[in-house]
Amino acid sequence: MRAALTHLGAVVTAGIWRLGYGARFFGYLLMHSGTAFRRFRLTVREIYFAGVLSLIIILVSGLFVGMVLGLQGYDTLQRYGSSEALGVLVALSLVRELGPVVAGLLFASRAGSAITAEIGLMKATEQLSAMEMMAVDPIARVVAPRFWGGVLSMPLLAALFSAMGIFGGYLVGVVLIGVDEGAFWSQMQAAVDVRNDILNGVIKSVVFGVAVTLIAVFEGYDAAPTAEGVSRATTRTVVMSSLAILALDFVLTALMFTGGN
Amino acid sequence: MNRSAIDLWVGVFVAIGLGALLFLALKVGNLASFSTAETYRVDARFSNIGGLKVRAPVKSAGVVVGRVADIGFDNESYEAVAVLTIEGRYKFPRDTSAKILTSGLLGEQYIGLEAGGDERMLADGERLRLTQSAVVLENLIGQFFTSKAAEGGDTKGAK
Repeated sequence: MRAALTHLGAVVTAGIWRLGYGARFFGYLLMHSGTAFRRFRLTVREIYFAGVLSLIIILVSGLFVGMVLGLQGYDTLQRYGSSEALGVLVALSLVRELGPVVAGLLFASRAGSAITAEIGLMKATEQLSAMEMMAVDPIARVVAPRFWGGVLSMPLLAALFSAMGIFGGYLVGVVLIGVDEGAFWSQMQAAVDVRNDILNGVIKSVVFGVAVTLIAVFEGYDAAPTAEGVSRATTRTVVMSSLAILALDFVLTALMFTGGN
Repeated sequence: MNRSAIDLWVGVFVAIGLGALLFLALKVGNLASFSTAETYRVDARFSNIGGLKVRAPVKSAGVVVGRVADIGFDNESYEAVAVLTIEGRYKFPRDTSAKILTSGLLGEQYIGLEAGGDERMLADGERLRLTQSAVVLENLIGQFFTSKAAEGGDTKGAK
């Protein structure tokens, strides 16, 4: 009993300590982000690794998610004789929820894990200490460009995912099944609001981008400098960022889409 | 991978990413059709607006001519006040009537305008005098039952 309570206390203390450490890390990162923008080429390089190399998986997944939405949505809607609302269903579910959330999950497993593994390995091979020895701040030189590269890439990836999904829904709904094309687009345009739906979706994707990339760089920077430590940190990045995305999504949806529409 | 190739790919990525955002805003959200046109505001009072919502369409002869900008409650006359913004290129006579209608059986509610015969046109800030409230299903059913009951009473009396 006593041992169990001691263990519980230790776990909670360690968790809170880590949270505080992460928050201080975030503050320090923001204060030392100057280099990431003064030498913007460093950030551009990270946008390439986080954004451009994630393009294929984002585009293909977006297309298939949209096509599945088109098929399933049509199946249900045509029972109620309102298959023209397919465009609304596909567009709203992608722009509001699926676009930011699924793109965020894919981004976490594709780019977040790579960032953690890279920074963790740099730490394990003592490259970060070597930089410190040469009076180069590893947070400003290594961590900040990766952070901003991820934060800048994520909204673009989410927008591409949504656009691709709507195109997939269009392919299945209009081209394959034969829903009326005019009704598909006009009902979508009547129902989707630029500020309420699209802007809120973009805000969500920015928040997810900050959360995922912050978790990724923090886990990498905080990884135990061993092979096992790096692998554990990579796993934790994927698990923690997925949980963070889903939890944040609930909070943001509750704030954005309730009360007076 | 050399520098200029990375720059090129990042440029392509940012361009198509912004293109996707633009596609969402223009083609999906139809941003263009709202913000450009000049509008004027008129208000209309209804004894019951049913399920009318802000941003619901205002239609005349089936064509969308404006939107519901605001819905309020007048505490003096106990009526609902709906503020409509109508596109400037559509002019309506001053005795235009406003009805709250439903699109389809289960669709959303909108305001239908029916032009009158007045020679003067509606100006910004004026009020639509002739209005017809939303049909509330419960009241309709209630009326049906009372009329049926009255009918039943009549036939009994006739016997």
